[in-house]
Amino acid sequence: MKRLVGASVPLLAALAAFAFGAIMLLALGASPFEGLKAIVDGAFGDGDAIAATLVKAMPLILVGAGITIAFRASVINIGGEGQIVAGALLSTSVALALPDLPAYILMPAVLIAGLIGGGIAGAIPGALKAYASVNEILSTIMLNIVMIQLMNYLLRGPMIDQAEIDAGTRVPTTRRLSDNAAMPDLVEGTRLHLGVPIAIVAAVIAYVILWRTPLGFRLRAVGHSPEAAKTAGIKVKRHVTYALAMSGSLGGLAGALLVFGSEGQRMTTDGSSVGFTGSAGFNGIVAALFGGLHPLWTIPSSILFGGLLTGATAMQRVLQVPAALAIALNGIVVVFVVSSGPVRDRIDAFLDRRAKLDQTLRDDVSDGSSKTVDLDQLDLDNQTNITGADL
Amino acid sequence: MNADAPLLQMRGITKRFPGVIANEGVDFEVRYGEVHTLLGENGAGKSTLMKILFGLYAPDEGEVLLRGEKVSISSPSDAIAARIGMVHQHFMLVPTQTVAENVALGLKSKRGVLTDLDSVSERIREISEEQGLAVNPSEEVWRLSVGERQRVEIIKALYRDAELLVLDEPTAVLTPQEVEDLFVVLRRMTESGRGLVFISHKLHEVMALSDRITVLRNGKVSGHTVPAESSREDLAQMMVGRAVRLTPERPIVEAGPPRLTIRSLSVTGDRGTTAVDNVDLDVHSGEILGVAGVSGNGQRELAEVIAGLRDPQAGATIDLDGMSLLGVDTRARRDRGLSYVPEERMRDGAIGDFTVSENLILVDHGGDQFSRSGLLNFGAIKEHAAALVERYAVKTPDIDTPTSSLSGGNIQKVIMARELTAEPKLLIASQPTRGVDIGSAEYIHERLMEQREKGTATIVISEDLDEVIGLSDRIAVMFEGRIIDIVDSEDATREAIGLLMAGVTN
Repeated sequence: MKRLVGASVPLLAALAAFAFGAIMLLALGASPFEGLKAIVDGAFGDGDAIAATLVKAMPLILVGAGITIAFRASVINIGGEGQIVAGALLSTSVALALPDLPAYILMPAVLIAGLIGGGIAGAIPGALKAYASVNEILSTIMLNIVMIQLMNYLLRGPMIDQAEIDAGTRVPTTRRLSDNAAMPDLVEGTRLHLGVPIAIVAAVIAYVILWRTPLGFRLRAVGHSPEAAKTAGIKVKRHVTYALAMSGSLGGLAGALLVFGSEGQRMTTDGSSVGFTGSAGFNGIVAALFGGLHPLWTIPSSILFGGLLTGATAMQRVLQVPAALAIALNGIVVVFVVSSGPVRDRIDAFLDRRAKLDQTLRDDVSDGSSKTVDLDQLDLDNQTNITGADL
Repeated sequence: MNADAPLLQMRGITKRFPGVIANEGVDFEVRYGEVHTLLGENGAGKSTLMKILFGLYAPDEGEVLLRGEKVSISSPSDAIAARIGMVHQHFMLVPTQTVAENVALGLKSKRGVLTDLDSVSERIREISEEQGLAVNPSEEVWRLSVGERQRVEIIKALYRDAELLVLDEPTAVLTPQEVEDLFVVLRRMTESGRGLVFISHKLHEVMALSDRITVLRNGKVSGHTVPAESSREDLAQMMVGRAVRLTPERPIVEAGPPRLTIRSLSVTGDRGTTAVDNVDLDVHSGEILGVAGVSGNGQRELAEVIAGLRDPQAGATIDLDGMSLLGVDTRARRDRGLSYVPEERMRDGAIGDFTVSENLILVDHGGDQFSRSGLLNFGAIKEHAAALVERYAVKTPDIDTPTSSLSGGNIQKVIMARELTAEPKLLIASQPTRGVDIGSAEYIHERLMEQREKGTATIVISEDLDEVIGLSDRIAVMFEGRIIDIVDSEDATREAIGLLMAGVTN
């Protein structure tokens, strides 16, 4: 029963958010019922809509599954954007360098390149946290900016389409990449491509790794109790690095799939991260939270979110309301989900565990000469004094 | 007032909580001038009874009589007004204030809004003279030793003119020498007619101090006795409800060659000072080496260095079976035959959110036994867990129960089971039975003895002198980071070890 209530909370939060959205629609003079109908039709109304929703959900599934891996090891990954870009850049480079490889080699090669690119972008903040106690929240956000600038540089310079230079338009885009690397369409006439099932399989693999392998066991042990893990002989620092690297590699895979599943079969940006990623690096975090930070639940939650994104675009078209409304609706869902009781408890428990991990890592870095121990001691004294007054 | 009546009578006290009966028909009495010990395991109902005495709980049934008259105490201030005082196990002192300020805290000043610390100090001096409780009223509390702080707590109670004084595990934090000093003070207090309730589970202290003993088990009185008529084993039996061996049988085992060799080991502690100071140590195959010492004298750091969780200063030698452990991480040390039962079992020994079966494979999850082609082998893991839970008599609903919901003794059994099934060459067990019920402690001791017969070199670090003397072949006493002496346990007495723990060598 308790489980049922817990599972229904995100749905209730979503309903509450829709109620809020209805009020906004009324304020704009549009009918909320037509709005809802437009969203549902736009997201799931016909084959095309469903395909668009699934394609939109694809990067969310991958980033979300990656978030859950980091979460289970008590680290935070806000570097999804940068990791998507890193994976896209490396896989694009592979396709540019070796366009003539046969599809059965090139396609896996670009996917692996995506995993590696994102993995590196995740491993850097991971190693910095593990070995130098650098806060991964800050370093992953910073790395987002670095990767976006790198993308802008590469797409405007070394990787730019020669045609753009010749025409003098200089749109930051690569030339059309080898068709041998393109994700084949699954349903004729829709945009649904192989990337979607690949993302779902990757999320299932993330689940298997976390709960069915010794590696996942160690990641979870580090996440739950870094002290006990260390005492048992588990290499805490190494596994913190692994967690962020694995998390990043799923983002990188999303980057590769965004490029090779795109209609133009090229990597293009408008100079911002949104221009390439569509904010999947951030929306994936929301999808993961919405799915209770479980890799398998991230799949339906991402599809729901993908539907919201495509449906909102459709609503804007049908009702002639501003596109910002869709973004606002998205944000409201986040606020409601994050502030619902069970999710909040989860986040609090997570932050406690993360603090323990930080302490363990710091103890090691400073060779055990931290002063925090003394402060803890003082706190305890104060607490007993308070209870003393009670008696 | 009835002149013949005892100081305190609690009659037929029953207190129920949802799902538990904390006290059931408990009779307890303290006469003028006696020490009456309340003995029982954790959860036996001692603290509930005392909370009723202090008005923190109202009893469901039963009555409290003070000096022969029925009283109703509904708050701690009622208790203080009735001249009942309490010395808590955890001190209730403000570290940054002076002794006099702490004593005056919560009392009305004779000078209205102005403090009256001079007369408070004067009275403190009188009390400390009368009772032999040496303490300086103008000293700030944080400068005082643990023993001195406890004296301040006692003075606080006496200042409030307590006639009935409850001492809740007062010896838990004291050195053996400080315990003796405390007992002298307590004796003197009973001579002036005060009645004392002594709460403890250290049986030899109970035997030494008590006039009478009341034992609680599962909320009920399981026996009244006096020290002259019972042995420590009898008391333990009353606490547990069955016969218990307090000190394990120690068959003669021929100690083999040294397995662990430590030379010139110094370690920097958390505060940047030298926690372990130039230690040399050998532990032989088939030997239990006890490490005695007051907490904080380098024992924890010594254990952590051997386990690879902390680095030694340069120039040290740590060899296991002739191979150096320096620069070898914890994982590799465990592969070479190290097992470690850490002091903080809930923090370092087990993961509370993990199930019993997961904690049992915390060390060996990656081995061939538990993983097959990269995947965990849940069949083998469950089988392993079921077998260990059975063999180590772990009380748990099932192997998938979160470990945090087990009792302290059962969590310790889980950790012991994990560490001992590795068939260690070297075993370090820190405080193996602290906070563990007597039945589990007995069991853990037997398992340690079993390892000794198998030829394991074992280090047992404990603050419980009876445990150290009962288990060990040799006892190393640590003081301020140094091993100031190593004695054969055959020749060891509590008194001699106690003196060494206080740093006294001859």
